[in-house]
Amino acid sequence: MVSPIIEVRNLTAAYGDAVILENVSFDVRRGEVFVILGGSGCGKSTLMKHLIGLLSPARGKVLIDGGDIHTATRAEREVLLKKFGVMYQGGALFGSMTLEENVTLAMEEFTRLPPAARRLVARMKLALVGLERFSEHFPSEVSGGMQKRAAIARAMALDPAVLFLDEPSAGLDPVTSAGLDELILSLNKNLGVTFVIVSHELASIYAVADRVIMLDGKTKGIIAEGVPADLRDNCPDPFVRAFFYRRAPDAPSGGMP
Amino acid sequence: MEFNRKTGCLTLDETLEAAEVSRRWSLVGGGKSPREVNAAALRTCDGAGLAFLWSLRGPAGARLDGLRPEIAALLRPFDSLPECPAEPVEHDRSLLVHIGHATVQILADTRAQIEFIGEFTSTALACCAKPRLVRWTDMWLVAQRAGVDALVVAGMVSFLTGMIMAFQSAIPLRQFGVDIFVVNLVALALLRELGPIMTAVVLAGRSGSAFAAEIGTMKVNQEIDALVTMGIDPMRFLVVPRVLAGFLVTPVLTIYSNALGVGGGFLVMMGLGFPFMALWNQLVSAVAMSDVMTGIIKSLVFGVLVAGVGCLRGLQTGAGASAVGVSTTRAVVSSIFLIVTVDAVFAAIFYAIQW
Ligand SMILES: Nc1ncnc2c1ncn2[C@@H]1O[C@H](COP(=O)(O)OP(=O)(O)OP(=O)(O)O)[C@@H](O)[C@H]1O
Ligand SMILES: [Mg+2]
Repeated sequence: MVSPIIEVRNLTAAYGDAVILENVSFDVRRGEVFVILGGSGCGKSTLMKHLIGLLSPARGKVLIDGGDIHTATRAEREVLLKKFGVMYQGGALFGSMTLEENVTLAMEEFTRLPPAARRLVARMKLALVGLERFSEHFPSEVSGGMQKRAAIARAMALDPAVLFLDEPSAGLDPVTSAGLDELILSLNKNLGVTFVIVSHELASIYAVADRVIMLDGKTKGIIAEGVPADLRDNCPDPFVRAFFYRRAPDAPSGGMP
Repeated sequence: MEFNRKTGCLTLDETLEAAEVSRRWSLVGGGKSPREVNAAALRTCDGAGLAFLWSLRGPAGARLDGLRPEIAALLRPFDSLPECPAEPVEHDRSLLVHIGHATVQILADTRAQIEFIGEFTSTALACCAKPRLVRWTDMWLVAQRAGVDALVVAGMVSFLTGMIMAFQSAIPLRQFGVDIFVVNLVALALLRELGPIMTAVVLAGRSGSAFAAEIGTMKVNQEIDALVTMGIDPMRFLVVPRVLAGFLVTPVLTIYSNALGVGGGFLVMMGLGFPFMALWNQLVSAVAMSDVMTGIIKSLVFGVLVAGVGCLRGLQTGAGASAVGVSTTRAVVSSIFLIVTVDAVFAAIFYAIQW
């Protein structure tokens, strides 16, 4: 049994006195596609920021590959940071750089690849998300969905072992979104990349997720954990089933597919 | 990885990653590139490794033997990737082209300024007719930040300038035995020229830049678009309160700096042994009402200019975080340039009408 790549233990997440999540524990296994679900504002992005070390836990701890990013020394931290790539909910591309430069930046800093090689790698990453023709464009010159895809390409620049994607398919058309799912599966299968994805898109959750957890704003914790199709059919919690059947939680049950 | 130069055969190891690729990249770019690649051992391969394989296979035209299907699958999405265009070269253009571009730029900028002035004037007139349209609370807030908060720096600059001028002029004038005329020199120079200019420059550095950064950030975040689609005119909502605040605050700030500047001069003269009343009488006899008014009229114009240019540069902001920095710089530079230019025009006018 291989050790999990991310371990979350009794994590309490809070902004000042406002507690968002309380006493949350779960594991992400190596090489799986792990999806975080939940209603808007329930703390998915907050949880992700704790996983990647942007916010420190009020209580509890988060271990990535056995290392705690919050107590790590500077050198350890750098090693840990190179293990994952992040795509932020808003894209967060650097506006004064072209898409290609956005992708090459990390390579420039952390590898000794010659410029021609960096550019080719960047264009290949952009090609993976269907943007090879836009490598010379600035983020403000491409659409919102394209910015999202470019942000995914940037997150993949250093071939991290874990990719965190905050709502990757929001704002994409169904076809591109399906292409993205395929990309996730292909990277997952062929390169063994672990994915931690925040998503609402039911279709893509069914397509890619090995396991999901569902957060709840009211109980400030995990209300369900498991395989999506299984949760849909067998979860006792009405809110969870409502989520999977896309209906308001207090709507009368039955009559759905 | 091992490259046999004679047979042109490259044998890959189990892994192909960035560190190794960086060392061996010359194989795909240089003249002597492999003709045959033995990839049977290759098991793991990162993005850089894929780029290496792709370049070997594509541009270098090598045959890949024994590539595992997993890795072939990773390479498949790039089958139709066009080759990298050559590094974009900065071709230098002739001087004539540069001059042409610069001229077009200046003309476009002038046009934008004239449009801005026109639009502002019409909005301001509408606001005059209906004062309710002005956002007074915003105006007071801006006036406080641009005015009250600037008291210390504007005061310091003027006070010290007054002292410096008194010190510098006391010695040459004493040689002629007319050192009481230091008062005339300090007072006239400050009231007519230096007071308004220094205040306007301080305002440009403190507030013009702030306006540009504030409005520029709103522009970058599409907040200006949001205002427009809500039916709120950014000119009325953002520009009018700021320009009005500049118009009201600058003269007051100028009078205050003038007073402190003359005070600085007085302090030096008293230190040199002149009684206060002698200095005061000299001041009253030297300064006419027209001198005071000249400075105040100028400062009104400067206030409008600095606030207006700050807002204009903010609204002209392009995309991205660095664009805000560019606008801020442009706001300060254009303001200082305009202050000096307009001051020169004033000097000519006042000379012509003998004020
Ligand atoms: N910087 C912050 N300071 C204080 N509270 C915050 C901050 N950021 C988020 N919150 C609060 O934390 C809660 C969770 O926010 P979060 O961004 O994690 O939601 P989310 O689950 O990602 O929602 P969405 O699906 O809409 O992106 C919200 O109630 C929000 O008000
Ligand atoms: Mg979120």
